[in-house]
Amino acid sequence: MVHNYPHISIKELNVTSANLRILKNVSIDIPDRSITAIIGPSGCGKTTLLKSMNRLVELTDGIHVAGKVLVNGENIYDPHIEVTRLRKKMGLLSQRPYPLPMSIYANVSFGMRIHGQHKRRILDAKVRRYLALASLWDEVKDRLHEPASSLSIGQQQRLCLARGLAIEPDIILADEPTSALDPMSSKAIEEIFLELKKKYTIVLVTHILRQARRLADYVIFMYAGEIVEHGPADEVLNNPKQELTKEYVKGQIS
Amino acid sequence: MRKRKFTEQFFLFLMRVSMFLVMLPLFLIILTILVKGIPSIDLAMITQTPKGGFYLGKEGGVLNAIAGSFYLSASATILAVCISLPVVLCLNIYMKRGSNKAWLIRLCMDVMSGVPSIVFGAFGFLVMLFFGMKVSLLAGIITVTILIMPVTIRSMDEMVRTVPEQLLQATYSLGATRVEAAMVVVRRVLPGLITATLLSFGRAIGDAASVIFTTGFTDNIPQSVSQPAATLPLAIFFQLSSPIPEVRDRAYAAALILTFIILLISYSARYISNKFTNAS
Repeated sequence: MVHNYPHISIKELNVTSANLRILKNVSIDIPDRSITAIIGPSGCGKTTLLKSMNRLVELTDGIHVAGKVLVNGENIYDPHIEVTRLRKKMGLLSQRPYPLPMSIYANVSFGMRIHGQHKRRILDAKVRRYLALASLWDEVKDRLHEPASSLSIGQQQRLCLARGLAIEPDIILADEPTSALDPMSSKAIEEIFLELKKKYTIVLVTHILRQARRLADYVIFMYAGEIVEHGPADEVLNNPKQELTKEYVKGQIS
Repeated sequence: MRKRKFTEQFFLFLMRVSMFLVMLPLFLIILTILVKGIPSIDLAMITQTPKGGFYLGKEGGVLNAIAGSFYLSASATILAVCISLPVVLCLNIYMKRGSNKAWLIRLCMDVMSGVPSIVFGAFGFLVMLFFGMKVSLLAGIITVTILIMPVTIRSMDEMVRTVPEQLLQATYSLGATRVEAAMVVVRRVLPGLITATLLSFGRAIGDAASVIFTTGFTDNIPQSVSQPAATLPLAIFFQLSSPIPEVRDRAYAAALILTFIILLISYSARYISNKFTNAS
């Protein structure tokens, strides 16, 4: 893929709910094929920023979005944009795994089926490929038709990742994807991310600074709905320019 | 210290007495219909329609009422579910959480489920006259559907509301449309929806006041929806108003049949919801 513009480019994004301004004039270009970590204290708008990238934010009542989010050069808030086609470009991994109420196989193939792929042979191959990509294939290959709820929570999160990868997106949005997991499962997810960033643009919301240090190539620090500082991970985390960022990375505010 | 202990004892006593007062009527009701109903119950009661002189204590049974009640309640439940499910999905999937419109609709349903069933009966009667219909199974089905719909909607709504918002978000994030998301939700709460359906059926089969002017009463098993139909609650009512002791006893036998059906349904509802809750 040769693009002369980034996958995701946000311009003057404002999100308000009733009279609360959740995001204030956010403008940022997310670098392609790397991991961008959004860090900041709770309630600073990290998750809202993430969810405004695939328009999940508009599912909440009373939310008003102004500004532009360009995905592959297209403004996704343009009225003629088909939201289902947009969301197909992004896989989402949420804080806790929410497997669909169906089998492991059906979870992974769900996205492909709703987008019109019904050929058994192709589904089988892709289910296998994406389960393997989420390092889950070896654990579930003999029980593909058991309910997804029978998996452990760490396995469920990897299943949700495979499910998201199976719609063949360019972008992965992850909202604190390891916050409900045990250390081993967290490590597994982090290792998969490091592998995936070679092909995908990953946006990761995290409240764990050390996770940002381990994974991120690029860091966005947010505070009270605004982007305070952003730049290559090494710069922002080790050599911040802003006072607030310094306090945050030193652990003086959290 | 002694005062605290006394208070503790006192409230414990209060709770036990209240518990007893709640259980007592249920126990007495079941005892009454068993004691008075069992002697008059026989195979004829459930396999025959009333023969000549049935209401004077001669042979026959209440098969007309059993069949009528089943036709009426099953049709009304199916109709109510067909209307309720889209309403519930609209409330939970097409309307945003915390939307004022959804709140208003839920309020209306709560008000509607508080309306006494005789009022639905009177309303159904007027509608029936307006369309020039006679007392018939169809008029009863329409009335009972309206009667149970708020109950069906609210109980299904409670089930669907237990689905976490994030499951919907996960479905949408795969590029699902709202209809596809609705299907996922239905799949998730299917046992709950079945339970709600059975509970609505229980409500439908037990109601007398809404059918008295609309379904009427007959000794025959209805052959079409335009004919009147007998129902168990009314069969109990008519037999109980008889001066003849044998007929009054048969009212208890009919009550026993009705109670048994309702117990069976509520138990199955519970069984289904427990079984599936544990499984998933």
